[in-house]
Amino acid sequence: MPGIRSYGAYVPLFRLSRAEIARAWEARPAPGERAVASYDEDSLTMAVAAARDCLKGVDRASVGGLYFASTTPPYKEKQAAATIASVLDLPVAAATVDFGGSLRCGTNALKAALDAVTAGSAENVLVCAADMRLGYPAGPGEMNFGDGAVALLVGRDDVLAEVKHFDSRYWEIQDTWRSDQDIFVRTAEDRFSMDEGYADVMVHSVAAALEKYGLAAADVAHFAFNAPNVRQVKGVAKKLRFDEQTQVNDVLHASVGDTGCAASLLSLVSALEQSEGGQTILLACYGNGCDTAVLETTDRVVSVPPCQGVRRHIESRRELRNYEQYMRWRQLLPIQPAARPPIEERMPSPAAQWREVPWEMRLTGTRCVHCGTPQYPPQRVCVTCHTKDEMEPYRFTDVPARVFSFSHDYVMETLDTPVTVTFIDFEGGGRVMCDMTDRDVGEVVVGMPVEMSFRRLYYVNGVYNYWWKCQPVRCRPSGTED
Amino acid sequence: MESIKDRVAIVGMGCVKFGENWGQSLDDMIVDAAYEAFEDAGIGPEDIQAAWWGTVFAGHTGQILATPLKLAYIPVTHVENACATGSEAIRNACYAVAAGMYDVVLAVGAEKLKDFGYSGLPQTRPVATWSYRLTTQTPAAGFAMMATGYFAKYGLEYDVGKNLLGQIAVKNHHNGSLNPKAHFQREITLEKAVNAPMIAWPLGLFDCCGVSDGAAAAIITRADLATKFRPDPIYIKAAQICQGPREGWLSQTYDLAHVEETWRGGQAAYAEAGVKDPRKEISIAEVHDCFSITELTIMEDLQFSPRGRVSEDIEAGTFALEGELPVNTDGGLKCFGHPIGATGLRMLYEVYKQLQEKAGPRQVKNPRLGLTHNQGGEPGAATVSVIIAGNELG
Repeated sequence: MPGIRSYGAYVPLFRLSRAEIARAWEARPAPGERAVASYDEDSLTMAVAAARDCLKGVDRASVGGLYFASTTPPYKEKQAAATIASVLDLPVAAATVDFGGSLRCGTNALKAALDAVTAGSAENVLVCAADMRLGYPAGPGEMNFGDGAVALLVGRDDVLAEVKHFDSRYWEIQDTWRSDQDIFVRTAEDRFSMDEGYADVMVHSVAAALEKYGLAAADVAHFAFNAPNVRQVKGVAKKLRFDEQTQVNDVLHASVGDTGCAASLLSLVSALEQSEGGQTILLACYGNGCDTAVLETTDRVVSVPPCQGVRRHIESRRELRNYEQYMRWRQLLPIQPAARPPIEERMPSPAAQWREVPWEMRLTGTRCVHCGTPQYPPQRVCVTCHTKDEMEPYRFTDVPARVFSFSHDYVMETLDTPVTVTFIDFEGGGRVMCDMTDRDVGEVVVGMPVEMSFRRLYYVNGVYNYWWKCQPVRCRPSGTED
Repeated sequence: MESIKDRVAIVGMGCVKFGENWGQSLDDMIVDAAYEAFEDAGIGPEDIQAAWWGTVFAGHTGQILATPLKLAYIPVTHVENACATGSEAIRNACYAVAAGMYDVVLAVGAEKLKDFGYSGLPQTRPVATWSYRLTTQTPAAGFAMMATGYFAKYGLEYDVGKNLLGQIAVKNHHNGSLNPKAHFQREITLEKAVNAPMIAWPLGLFDCCGVSDGAAAAIITRADLATKFRPDPIYIKAAQICQGPREGWLSQTYDLAHVEETWRGGQAAYAEAGVKDPRKEISIAEVHDCFSITELTIMEDLQFSPRGRVSEDIEAGTFALEGELPVNTDGGLKCFGHPIGATGLRMLYEVYKQLQEKAGPRQVKNPRLGLTHNQGGEPGAATVSVIIAGNELG
């Protein structure tokens, strides 16, 4: 029976406390904090991070599809899934699809992946869901939303959780929306939206699924679902008679927020992390309708390959200095341009970008077959032994590295002054000059261990210029503690 | 392989006041620099048989030079080698004369950076040769990483390293205060230097050269004809350019505490000029202090100080105007800024005046050999020129 073979998650390093948001707007303080994507992250880069987490120990050649779900993709017209598949170095024959349109697009993608695997059109499909929705400044969305991503590898064999049943129902209602001209999420009156939308449909859909498959609430070990805020988490759990402490165990709203289309699947990953074999998990996702799924874990769920998952990402956190930093990162107000050359001068050439996909998007250099020196960018004549054209591809994305030298550039235009630039030396050879992201200026020293992260360098003339940066090693995967 | 030594001589030079020359056009500066050189050599533009024009940002082809000077349908070659462009113009002019093709040639370098409307250099990305992605930092950060690398290699605490860099800035500002052609003619204190706002850590404002407009020019002729123009010509002893293959950006073998191209370019120039003990034989050096850390490492790469021990010479004042080996006597890039194409020629202008003992309050005693060092690119991926000139044959 098809199911989930591997999972990964990504929660950005930065958190903004709801009290700080309230401080900025002189509003009533709310408890907890929300995750904020770094100034150089978006749904695509977060999906890459979650996917890399999920693919640890997985043969990438075995992945036959990549489904990317988001209501906040970087482009209206240009497939994000193709970019992500390319960054992940998936086979070129992998089926790539972008899902969007509602908060249900993450579970829509999961359903499609299960169907593909069941039908035999793919052996394994990687489902990524990511969102970073903007709430109106001073509104509840800004408080309750959070940024994050999740990835699930769906396959037929060796699953850690079987998906036994999957049901869908649609529900036409104008409760939560963004038009093609909107930046911020709009909502109808809250009481109407909840009574006739979210709460009603969620409760009825889950109740119907339980009844259809002969399950009582007590049979469910974990109930994983999305909710716009903590109040609705409690309300739905209560109506369905799930115990909030043991069956719901919501860790996301307090410290991450509502991650849009990724929320129910992040909740599922959190449930899987806490599961033993033979347990039933109920998944539900609302968004212009409701998807429900019944999963049963196998013994493999306790011996998953090391990954960072939800818990470790939540533990690894740094508070934003203040609300103004969030405003600056999300570019919610115009600021004085730097007295530097106009960014238009750095418009990437589409031809060069295309030509350099293999080595730039995948951070793949060459390794000299003759003398063994890894080098980046790829060279035809070896930097060490000068042998010509005896190179093999060498991917640096997951090779441990250390800072060889660095500087903090206070002049360059950026949303996060200063630009920290580094030379990093990879274990086993190879040196790359790259920016460092998600660093505390005071922590950067020569010799510090770093890892690679796929980020946005800048945006110019409608083009997002993505490349790799290094970052301080964020958290060690579970199972590798000293 | 032949040597350029004593085959060509400089018989005239010109240099405008560098600075924010709002009221002057590029053409104005070219005319002023070139006519100062013509008058210095006692010739007119009609005597020039060929010209080399060095600029990075002021436009394409030799027409940019030929037009303001009305050069009369002679060959003009536009050369570009990043920040070493000015020296590249000199070198090519020297080689053409040494080859016997011409007897009297002109080399000019100029740049009008202040018309761009911002600090720093325009960002012209090579379309076909280097990625659009990579990093987003300014050149200052590229050089700052060499400071970090040097401090780490030799175990210098931040305060100690910063103090060394500050002393270089103080020295060059002192020299610039004595030079009416410098952009900045003010002394600074060590305290001011080390506490200045950070540009690219650990480099502060006074560790970085300014952005200026400027132009400089040289008249070059055969060594055997030189005294027909003037009694005190300056003879070229070496003219080297060293290009690195970006090894330092690709390989972990590079220590980021020196510039390999400067080390090798220096060795080649000393061999060409027959210099055995640079510290003793070189009387004055004009080096590429685009950032204070660059001057610091150049002192070791050009063998003025033992490897890793330049701090002793900085503390001892070895490179001060009255020191054992005065460096950047005119104030350097620190006080002249860096109008790219003009810089190498501006350096040679100071060496030329010093060797003729016409450097006024900055004059060093009994100079025999002067050196210019001009560097393009960044540590690990540099283009370096080293030119040596002397006031005597042999």
